[in-house]
Amino acid sequence: MTKNIRLDLAKKLVEAIENGDEAGADELLDEIAGLRENQLFQEVGRLTRQLHDTMAGFSIDSKITDLTENDIPDAKERLQYVITMTEQAANQTLNAVEGVLPVSQELNEQIGLLSGKWGRFLDREMPFAEFKDMSAEITQHFNESKGSLKVVQDGLNDILMAQGFQDITGQIIKRVIDLVQDLETSMVELIRISGGKTTHSKGIHEPELPGPAIPGIDDKAGDVAADQDDVDDLLSSLGF
Amino acid sequence: MKILVVDDFSTMRRIIKNLLRDLGFNNTVEADDGKTALPILEAGGIDFLVTDWNMPGMTGIDLLKAVRANPDLRDMPILMVTAEAKREQIIMAAQAGVNGYVIKPFTAATLKEKIEKIFERIDG
Repeated sequence: MTKNIRLDLAKKLVEAIENGDEAGADELLDEIAGLRENQLFQEVGRLTRQLHDTMAGFSIDSKITDLTENDIPDAKERLQYVITMTEQAANQTLNAVEGVLPVSQELNEQIGLLSGKWGRFLDREMPFAEFKDMSAEITQHFNESKGSLKVVQDGLNDILMAQGFQDITGQIIKRVIDLVQDLETSMVELIRISGGKTTHSKGIHEPELPGPAIPGIDDKAGDVAADQDDVDDLLSSLGF
Repeated sequence: MKILVVDDFSTMRRIIKNLLRDLGFNNTVEADDGKTALPILEAGGIDFLVTDWNMPGMTGIDLLKAVRANPDLRDMPILMVTAEAKREQIIMAAQAGVNGYVIKPFTAATLKEKIEKIFERIDG
């Protein structure tokens, strides 16, 4: 309400009262009160908005506090557990493979030996005494193969069971992704409330040894070998 | 033929050892980083070195440089098996004198091909 408007209204009010214009004076009084109310409403509105924003800010603050105090340490432990599980699965698989490989190698050698002899028998190049020996060897081979194939089968089953990690780790990682998304949303909101008065950094400093290149993330700049062929091409261009 | 396999992950060492065995190389020793690998190399008797790059203690590239700087070891064939895939890194390894570079994840066929190529060049 500017001074001029108020002064103007006051003058008109005095004039109306002096002239005995009751109705006009009442109308002017209402108008003055209305102006005042309007200003009050505006002020209340402004305060309400401010309060709301502050409250919203508080709830985001507490959300971020919660995330950093509880969820992020949790996530670290969850990811640590993923490392443990994948390591266990790899070891279980390797144990099985290392158990099966010598058995299958031995079977292979036995069969190679016997099939050579069997060939000579079919070509009628084998004396009877040797045939008798071969028969005994074949019998022994059958007996041993049964046990060996059982070892192979058990090993394959172990490998099969070891793959169960994929389901569990997948779920754990999914949960951590959700957390990261939550955190992202809160951070974006916090930046918005703070008026976006942030200076842009040049991003997180890239580690000296970036490790595995994730397709779609690390290969954007085109400075990463996509596969072994890429590596080979690069090395041969260097004269390798 | 005695081969030293250097990687900080025991599972990766086991994978490489098994692949080497399948290729007929039964005599392998292991180390978990450059620091533990170097004394083994210096003690002698190692004919071929397979190493990762990113390892705590001493990295594979530093091990490579140390081997090339040692008059007793400098002709040792070295195969790098690593997840480091940046072009500048591959070039750096090549300049440091690596004989082969395999990026993880790799296949048995790739490892076989690179090892055979290295020995071909040495024999030839």
